[in-house]
Amino acid sequence: MDQKNLRDWEAKCTQEEPPKCKARCPLHVDGREFCRLLQAGQIDKAWAVLCRTMPFPSITARICDGDCQNDCLRSQRGGGIELAALERFAAENFKRSPMLRALPPKGKNIAIFGAFLPGLAAAWDLGKKGFTVIVFCEDKMQGFGNLPADRISNQVIEKELAQFGKMNVSFAEHGKCDPQTVMAACDRFDAVFVDPLAHNATQLGINEVDTVTLQTSKEFLFASTEVNNSSFISLIALGRKGALSIERKLQNASLTAGRDREAPFETKLFTNISKVQETAPLAVPTEGYSAEQAQEEASRCLLCECMECVNNCAYLEEFKSYPKAYARQIYNNASIVMGTRMANTMINSCMLCGLCEKVCPENFAMQDIVLEARQDLVEKGHMPPSAHEFALRDMDFADSSTCALVKHQPGTTQSKYVFFPGCQLSASDPGAIERTYAHLCSTLDGGTGLMLRCCGAPADWGGQKEIFERKMESLKRDWESLGHPQIIAACPSCIKILQQELPDAEIISLWSALSSEVDQLKEPPETALLSLQDPCSARDNHELMNDVRMLLSGINVTFNEPELSGSLTECCGFGGLLANTNEPLSRKVAERRAEKLDHDGVTYCAMCRDMLAKAGKRCQHILDIIFPDGDADPAGRTAPGYSTRRENRVRLKETLLRETWNEQPEPRNDYESIAVKFTGEARKMMEERRILLSDVQKTLLSVQESKQVLENMETGHMLVQFRPVTVTYWVEFEMSGTNYLVHRVWSHRMRVLG
Amino acid sequence: MSTLKVLDEDFSAWKCVTCGHTLNPSPVELEYLDSKFNVELPACPDCGFVLIPEELALGKMAEVERMLEDK
Repeated sequence: MDQKNLRDWEAKCTQEEPPKCKARCPLHVDGREFCRLLQAGQIDKAWAVLCRTMPFPSITARICDGDCQNDCLRSQRGGGIELAALERFAAENFKRSPMLRALPPKGKNIAIFGAFLPGLAAAWDLGKKGFTVIVFCEDKMQGFGNLPADRISNQVIEKELAQFGKMNVSFAEHGKCDPQTVMAACDRFDAVFVDPLAHNATQLGINEVDTVTLQTSKEFLFASTEVNNSSFISLIALGRKGALSIERKLQNASLTAGRDREAPFETKLFTNISKVQETAPLAVPTEGYSAEQAQEEASRCLLCECMECVNNCAYLEEFKSYPKAYARQIYNNASIVMGTRMANTMINSCMLCGLCEKVCPENFAMQDIVLEARQDLVEKGHMPPSAHEFALRDMDFADSSTCALVKHQPGTTQSKYVFFPGCQLSASDPGAIERTYAHLCSTLDGGTGLMLRCCGAPADWGGQKEIFERKMESLKRDWESLGHPQIIAACPSCIKILQQELPDAEIISLWSALSSEVDQLKEPPETALLSLQDPCSARDNHELMNDVRMLLSGINVTFNEPELSGSLTECCGFGGLLANTNEPLSRKVAERRAEKLDHDGVTYCAMCRDMLAKAGKRCQHILDIIFPDGDADPAGRTAPGYSTRRENRVRLKETLLRETWNEQPEPRNDYESIAVKFTGEARKMMEERRILLSDVQKTLLSVQESKQVLENMETGHMLVQFRPVTVTYWVEFEMSGTNYLVHRVWSHRMRVLG
Repeated sequence: MSTLKVLDEDFSAWKCVTCGHTLNPSPVELEYLDSKFNVELPACPDCGFVLIPEELALGKMAEVERMLEDK
């Protein structure tokens, strides 16, 4: 990601955009922050928010007419927030006002003609920044004559006027100034601002005024022509605009740069109000809100923010920020030469499921930057070795000769079709594959081959481009070896990858194949209402999602759609190899998803089934319904552990070779003959620590040769270790007859040099 | 480089079956991703076989591994 990409990504995320009130306010007062503090009863802090933006806040807060109220998003749910009344409440009730400190004089003298709201605002802003300001006027009270007297007392006015004196501003009450005096002042002062309520530019003989900057045709003279029907706050904003131009002019800075959002503007901030209840504004009493009323009215503020993606994703929520900030963190992570890459875990925890892109009003695709970041880490050799190693080893195992199989249907030499169940279905429920393959062979003409292997998704998700390319080459060779058959794939992730990587292949889902021949299926016994779990990899495959629904309806299975379903479905916690990198988060994701399914789940992804089952959710795979194996309660089937998943794949190949092709499978590895038993605790440890039965068996076998054994003289337990490649495994056991009884297992990656 | 003491527990209940000696705290060099550490760990005084206890492997050692992986 280069800087330009970063900026493009950042611009897509609108979370940092201002709320509507702030965008609409001519002074850009942060009404959201103000209300947030009032909601918490923090009146002084709320008042400080106004003081940050408003000139002479005790006056401005009382004369604001709430220009923003109609734009307030609340106006669509009962009525806009009574911000003007809340501002008056704060002005009347604060106990401590923040100290206003002007910068020391810069030695630049400014003349302001007119002491109406624009002139006073310009004087306030310039004086605060250290300019020495003289306000020429008939009477320094002249600006307050038209203000609503019921809202402002003379005492308030005098207090604020006194503040001017502490901020490099003095008043010269010389009566009405004529245009000649104004023009002459341009020679004596560094800059001049003319309050348009005292003299508009036309009266000064100036017709050309830049409305963005108030720059007139006379250099260092700033004025305005138009002030008709302006609200009090707009008049103040006009003075502020002139002050900013004068400041820039005297700093030789651009008068125009970065001012496109100075006037009220449309914010890009999106806020979802679909679940917001209507509540009417609290009527404002003549005497203004009481503290309780102010708190109540402020509590109607929606505190507008987007967070659409974060609210719908446990991963984005986990790292306590939002995509704009994440993009910056990812960019910084890649820029680190020496130091810690703090964002690695965040980068490796995304499920790559793409829900954020669907719910984001600007289609921010977190999965795209995360995947690119992973590829970058791998390419530069910075990917943490432990992040995806287990999953990549599992992928290689699924593609090894003990599990992988590529064959024509028995008795045939060509395949019109090939069934591609995917390596996780083999791992989860090998029997379902046997039954499905038998069905396909018996119903399809032209030969149906079988391909047992991995589609390469783990390499893709892990950012391992080179490994993924190699996998795709071997996948293509396997497919070509069967004579380019149509692929009938069961796993949505496989379908996605096959469609991308084998563009010449015709690919249909198993569910499409079955739904088109639904009359050949045995109607299952009536089931209770189920909740359909669409896998996240099916999100963009509308045909697939539709065919699954047709299939379920075709066999009279009734189901409902969870709150997030179809193209808005949620990941089960397996996607993007999350379970490898961040197991606790993966569990949280699975549990969150499980909660969304009102009834027992039904899904067409083996990993969704197993992840939901692990989260305690009863869930069936569709194949449990279509080709049942006699299990009385398939929804309650325990998700197999890592070792069982491997064993299932091996057994599937062995069974199919023996029973379907009448061939002898390869002999098992030596280490598999080691008879091991585990205590319940050891079994749990193996699963949590991702230590496989084969790791334990290899360790015990290696020690038969090395004889390097430790013995605990108190417990009698033996302890052995083995380091096949990058991980050292320790196994603590005792002999139970001829069996090893394993008590504890652990591993580490650090190497003992001696 | 000084030797770090990372274990408080006593591991003298463990003995090396081959050599028949109980394990003693000994200086050991550990390596991960090109970083090396000198640590005091229980080892056989004769053959030098080192025990990496479970709590070390899953605690401090795992923490350092993670830290080095993010470097």
